[in-house]
Amino acid sequence: MTSAARPSARRATILSAALALTLAATGCGGTGSASVGREVTTITALDYYTDAREHAQWSERLSACGKAAGVTVEHRSIPGASLVPTVLRQASSRTLPDLLMLDNPDLQQIAQTGALTPLDRYGIDSGGYAEGILSAGTYQGKVYGLAPTVSTVALFYNKDMLAEAGVAVPKTWDDLKKAASELTRPGRYGMAVDANPTFEGTWQFLPFLWSNGGDEKRLDTPQAAQALQLWVDLVKSGSMSKSVLNWTQADVHDQFVAGRTAMMVNGPWRISALNKLNKTEKLHWGVAPLPVRRPGQTLVTPLGGEVWTVPQNSSEARQAKAARVLACLNSSSQMLALARQYYTVPSRSTTAARYAQEVPSMAAFVQSVERSRARTGRLGVKWPKAATGIYTAVQAALTGEQTPEEALRHAQRIATDS
Amino acid sequence: MRSGSRRTPDRPAPPRADSARTVARARLRERVVHGMFLLPALAYLLLFFGYPVVKNVVMSFQQYTAATFYTGSAPFVGLRNYAKILSSDLFGPALLTTVLFTVASLLGQFVPGLALALFFHRKFPLGGLLRSLLLLPWLLPLVVSGTTWRWMLDTDSGVVNRALRDLHLLSSGVPWLTGTSQALVSVILVNIWVGIPFNTALLYGGLQDIPAHLHEAAKLDGAGPLTTFRHVTWPLLRPVAGVVLLLGVVYTVKVFDIILVVTGGGPAGATETLATRSYELSFEQFEFGRGAAMGNVLVLVSLAFALVHLRANRRALNA
Repeated sequence: MTSAARPSARRATILSAALALTLAATGCGGTGSASVGREVTTITALDYYTDAREHAQWSERLSACGKAAGVTVEHRSIPGASLVPTVLRQASSRTLPDLLMLDNPDLQQIAQTGALTPLDRYGIDSGGYAEGILSAGTYQGKVYGLAPTVSTVALFYNKDMLAEAGVAVPKTWDDLKKAASELTRPGRYGMAVDANPTFEGTWQFLPFLWSNGGDEKRLDTPQAAQALQLWVDLVKSGSMSKSVLNWTQADVHDQFVAGRTAMMVNGPWRISALNKLNKTEKLHWGVAPLPVRRPGQTLVTPLGGEVWTVPQNSSEARQAKAARVLACLNSSSQMLALARQYYTVPSRSTTAARYAQEVPSMAAFVQSVERSRARTGRLGVKWPKAATGIYTAVQAALTGEQTPEEALRHAQRIATDS
Repeated sequence: MRSGSRRTPDRPAPPRADSARTVARARLRERVVHGMFLLPALAYLLLFFGYPVVKNVVMSFQQYTAATFYTGSAPFVGLRNYAKILSSDLFGPALLTTVLFTVASLLGQFVPGLALALFFHRKFPLGGLLRSLLLLPWLLPLVVSGTTWRWMLDTDSGVVNRALRDLHLLSSGVPWLTGTSQALVSVILVNIWVGIPFNTALLYGGLQDIPAHLHEAAKLDGAGPLTTFRHVTWPLLRPVAGVVLLLGVVYTVKVFDIILVVTGGGPAGATETLATRSYELSFEQFEFGRGAAMGNVLVLVSLAFALVHLRANRRALNA
């Protein structure tokens, strides 16, 4: 060996060391941990229940269901906004959890990637579920996700303010406009919604759009324009703050709690907080189905709720265990327990009926949920585009940049842009 | 060259050539050693800067969707992503907003930043304490300060409008966040508030480097504060000011967290910039290819500013 070769040999060592380091850093160093033959004792679960109390409750529920299936469940929660990006990253590195929760409008998007397994493979029965939630969990004819409970939005109102103004709970849009204007005082608005430029704003507009016969497949219709005109009228008349353009659902709730609005659109997940205030702050509130344009119209609201899925995985044994936990979460007893805990509605119709009898205050939601529609029900994976179109139109119309008709024509272009 | 020397048959070489070879070998070894010191930095740069940039460029030429993450298939689509984003009727307004946001933020941060730096350059009691207090906006997480500003700027219940009303400066509230023309002003103001400490800190450092005797000499020559600033302070501060402005551009062009928290790009897209558009394309509509293309446009804008800066610097050095 000549001495001149030595530096090059050393360089080669360094290079290979650097390469090994790089590989280790990028995680290409071989996985090898997935064991097919050995018995599965633990599975992992991922959701977005980051609230400390909620997280603890879900951990408890998951471990109870895991016990029945003979596994311990490692439960992890991450913030809602980073769930889908995290799942996509995990999908590409094949490190998906064994049990995955998704917000229902995201399911089809993830199922499309091929990262999820159809639940019929595990013999999970999806019979008896309400039509809406089943369509949200279905992609190309196969059920990929099931939600134990679902929710939707309704009209919350301040009983004292309505009584003081001598206003009845509005049932039609005309009632709503009248009530809102009569409830408006200095420092207080009659009505509040979330009209911000996010999917949350779209979600709050949907009941008005759908109940009036509007459709996300064709946004530039007179029906859709009427719905948008209602919101525009409420803002223009001063019955609704222009700040709705920037409020989240949480902000709307805060306005209601602070007594700055007499009515609001919100969901049942606010009830536990409102109940507490009922006792301490003497906030007397009621909840009713959202008004429709004219009497006799059927109220159609968007369906909220999280579905549980079993992602693709190298080990079939793990998938089978995860599926058993998923089935347990969707059992009638768990549905009822969850519904009571979070004021949601069991997604199996028979269980929901039992629940409505048991908790009469939830009857309005049980009724609404029966007829509610999944956001991805019609458009599937094209929904995000339509949703963007809808909130863009709402913003353009409420700021007065465009008339509702113009705004919706523009929305239709966004929705169908390929 | 080394392999060539290996191939030559062993032949007794003249002693002078041998010593030359030893020197060459030593020099080579030295170079290798130098190279090895570079290696960690190089590996780091390639891994954490080179790879993402290249990946982003490649992504922008692909139809990269949510499905790509699992299947790995991302068909090559050429310039279609760029054509799509550039022809979108949202691109023009977003570009204009980005330029307005950047220029206004820079001016708004730099001028008060410089004034504060000059102010704190004089010695006075509690000056140090006040100077460190000035850094506070910088220490807060942007989401926290953004959310607070969002509350403060609320039309009906925000403290800003409340104060303006109580001072009888106006009767009705300013729609800070909900007026299509006011919202951009508001996010610029918030961004200025965030950026002033950065400008002050760097410019203050630059002022410290200017020898005190120059100021004294100017004073002896009868120069007033303004003349001193124009002919002594500013010329010597220029290199630092250039860096501050360049960093300011790069930081401002890509700002999206403040906008996302304060207005969410609204109302009616009035505060939508290239950065927020890129985020929306990738993470709301799962069009990662187009999001990457938008990101690259942003990189190009930053690069253009950097080139202008380098050009200006060279001219300043030559002059």
